[in-house]
Amino acid sequence: MKRRVAADLGFLFAALWPAIALAHAEQGRAEGLLAGLRHPVSGLDHVLAMVSVGLWGAQLGAPAIWLLPVTFPMVMAFGGMLGLAGVALPGVEAAIAVSGIALGLAVLTEWRPPLWVAALIVGFFAVFHGHAHGAELPPGADGILYSVGFVVATGTLHATGIGIGVVHRWTWGRVALRATGAAVACAGAWFLWRAIA
Amino acid sequence: MRARIRGRDLAALVVLLVPAAAQAHLVNSGLGPFYDGVSHFALTPEDLLPALALALLAGQRGAAAGRATLFALPGAWLVGGLAGLTWPSASAASWPGPVALLLLGGLVAAEARLRPVLVVGLAIGFGLLHGYLNGSVMARARLGALGLAGIVATLAVLVTLGAALVVAIRAAWGRIAVRVAGSWIAAIGLLALGWSLRRG
Repeated sequence: MKRRVAADLGFLFAALWPAIALAHAEQGRAEGLLAGLRHPVSGLDHVLAMVSVGLWGAQLGAPAIWLLPVTFPMVMAFGGMLGLAGVALPGVEAAIAVSGIALGLAVLTEWRPPLWVAALIVGFFAVFHGHAHGAELPPGADGILYSVGFVVATGTLHATGIGIGVVHRWTWGRVALRATGAAVACAGAWFLWRAIA
Repeated sequence: MRARIRGRDLAALVVLLVPAAAQAHLVNSGLGPFYDGVSHFALTPEDLLPALALALLAGQRGAAAGRATLFALPGAWLVGGLAGLTWPSASAASWPGPVALLLLGGLVAAEARLRPVLVVGLAIGFGLLHGYLNGSVMARARLGALGLAGIVATLAVLVTLGAALVVAIRAAWGRIAVRVAGSWIAAIGLLALGWSLRRG
């Protein structure tokens, strides 16, 4: 019976696979969704920072484990709105690189600031990440479906970080997380060098 | 028996994945205006997401709010839609959708402790506004009230399932997942507002 349900679910999934939708007359909308899904994962600096938010949340535990990933997409969307509206922000690329350094160091040192400080740090950097995405959005794409794809991809990256952060319960996992934080901080330093060089 | 079922499933899968079958699709269902209305929410995330957020909000506020919203939202949508069909607006404003997403998603994310009467008030206001905008578009497209009936019927199912799902959640992580969903909806609203600002 379970196998039958799994087969039906697989069938449903295949039926809903977007490859079919690409041939629709509504393909502009499907393209908007796919572009939104692709955009947050297209830059390693963004990916590392967003996964690090999840990792740090997992290290901090409740309520940060869900508060930080809730804060980041909302504030990032606010930054995206500023970018879309044409509001200029100085040093966006440098701030994104610094976010990698700061979040990587937070994971490396297992820093435990008060919750509002952690939310403030995450929110501050989220504005710059969102602004970069908003300013780079492709013209002509469907706005609402692009936004859906963008937010879902961002949230999935945070969930990935939280999922990886589950290893924090084991001693070897804590060491691995801290090593990951060090790697993210190093990558952030490299991105910063590229941004200002 | 098992081999025959698998073979049939495989054949159906191949047929579904042949892209040529999809090339002639248009937005309408081909099954008439009622089913065009039924498929409306699948094709219009601008309406689906705020309706979903309202269902989640009603569910967060308990069974009484959920039951009241189940009647208030589709009823208001029907009244607004009929008004739009009768007296359509000349142009459609782009801001109500993003603002509704931002407001309702934000309330779900914050798990706002609204009294049920306020949730019902939001449902009526949102239903009247979106129903009117739907009706206006349908009037310009010369679609009848049957399409509106399909939209309202689907909306009732959506609200029932969404609110009931949240009311039934007992686990703490489940309630957090609902709040995360609310934050995602609010974030989508913020970005959509930026898009509407960009378009001017």
